Amino acid sequence: MAGVGSRSGVSYDARGLVEPTADMPDNVEVEGGRARFDAADLTIRQINMALRKLIYDDGITDVTILNPASKHSLAVGILKRCRIHFEGSPGWFACGLIDGPEVTINGRVGWSVAENMMSGVVMIERSAGSLTGAAIRGGDLIVKGDVGARTGIDQKGGTIIVLGDVGINTGFMMQRGRQIICGNAGMNLGDSMYDGEIYVAGTVASLGVDCVPGDWTDADTELIERKFRIHGLGDPPEFQKFVCGKVLHNYDQLEPSERKLVIH
Amino acid sequence: MCGIAGVIHRDGTADIGAELTAMLQSMKHRGPDSTGYAVYGPADDLVVIRFVLAEPNKSAGIGMAERLERNRAEVESRLAKIGAEVATVTSETGYAFRATIRYGGDLKALADYLEDVPGCEVLSLGSSLEIIKDLGDASTVSDQYNLGSFRGTHGIGHVRMATESEVDLASAHPYWAYPFADVAVVHNGQLTNYHQWRRRLEQHGHRFQSECDSEIIAVYLAEYMSRGLTLETSMKHSLDDLDGVFTYVCVTGNQLGVAKDEMAAKPLVLFESEPLVAVATEEVAIRSLVKREVETRDPYEREVLVWQV
Repeated sequence: MAGVGSRSGVSYDARGLVEPTADMPDNVEVEGGRARFDAADLTIRQINMALRKLIYDDGITDVTILNPASKHSLAVGILKRCRIHFEGSPGWFACGLIDGPEVTINGRVGWSVAENMMSGVVMIERSAGSLTGAAIRGGDLIVKGDVGARTGIDQKGGTIIVLGDVGINTGFMMQRGRQIICGNAGMNLGDSMYDGEIYVAGTVASLGVDCVPGDWTDADTELIERKFRIHGLGDPPEFQKFVCGKVLHNYDQLEPSERKLVIH
Repeated sequence: MCGIAGVIHRDGTADIGAELTAMLQSMKHRGPDSTGYAVYGPADDLVVIRFVLAEPNKSAGIGMAERLERNRAEVESRLAKIGAEVATVTSETGYAFRATIRYGGDLKALADYLEDVPGCEVLSLGSSLEIIKDLGDASTVSDQYNLGSFRGTHGIGHVRMATESEVDLASAHPYWAYPFADVAVVHNGQLTNYHQWRRRLEQHGHRFQSECDSEIIAVYLAEYMSRGLTLETSMKHSLDDLDGVFTYVCVTGNQLGVAKDEMAAKPLVLFESEPLVAVATEEVAIRSLVKREVETRDPYEREVLVWQV
């Protein structure tokens, strides 16, 4: 790939925090519709520039990024079906706002991986930080190690699968979707959740407000077995199911003035 | 915001000044306003004092050079009067100083006596602790104070994004646990019962250099340790006593400990190997130190971990 200069509109940076210019990296190898490049010596901006050019301009559908070295905000906002593989560990906010890609990460990720993901798959071979899958709306997010606190906070859809443990406030205010936790869960599981299902195979330190045990159905078994089969996760363990008790928030369609009349 | 970092080498000394600088510089986006270090060199029979005689942005101006020289002479005079034998006094900046002394007396009396000199603030006191902090990013401060050549066993650092107080040295981390030797803390978060604990500790005779809640943690831990508790036990107590969201790193002459509050709202990532333990707000700081894929993890809520040299 030829080195092409790029400029943003940023012209003043008092604190030296902005990268106003970036050259397109010239170490991208393309072969047979696949591309790969080493990100070790590239900036965040350069990595994302190269990735977007390959996917959007060059029509490449399979990109491998070597040595991401925990850099933040990689592969954010990719709205196209493609395969992205990270050979190493990205940092915070990786793969946020994606709609379509299948991402594999053979390292660890920092906070907020796949935040606001709309569709696609993100598969992480090791552990993840806090806020994993925050506010995701769709797709499957799989972490094979442990994750930090507040997994799937404000989740609006999709499925989060964690093969290890999760921390405090997992599923906080989740509105829809599923979480399948194969390890132990920290305190306040499902606190203030509106809807959705949380499955836990290990112990639960404590349930949050309005999170209650749910009745197991054949659909739950079918869902979990299907997800494990699709993603090659082996045989699923036995789970407990937790749902919203539906007593904390208002679930009727009454106006506030009407509710007063009905309740009283 | 703000970023914190810590390293401890359990098998001897290393270039901890350069290591912390690399870690802190990689987190410049978390706070470019000021950078601070608490580093531990080899201990000997001398007491090391780091002190400043003026804020960096108020150290120039008409008559300021003469005033700084006069106050520096007054500090040396007071050291002699209190019975300390001065070995060296050096300065990289003209307003921040490093002194080594032979002194077997009360450190609190020494610190109080020196801070009575106009503009004087003792940043650290101890047999091996040195707190260096100044305005700017890590590279700037490291170059200014020649930290690239500092060798030691362990240390912590902090990059500050000024939010609720001024961009000055008084608000910059780390904080020394006045008047306790060789104890310092860096902190990321907010304590919501700051005033309550400040009043309690002041009633026990402590004074504070700043209005910053982080200083509470340093003095709180040192107060408990002075009663015979271990660092680990003192840190566990702090999780019950201190309200708010916080992650902090505390160092003593031979230990480094980390603690996360019960909400685990503030980030910290940990890398642990046999010779080296490194902690930082973000993985990118660990990777600036260990240039390969390594296994790291986020400590969970209410977790306290302590390592020893």
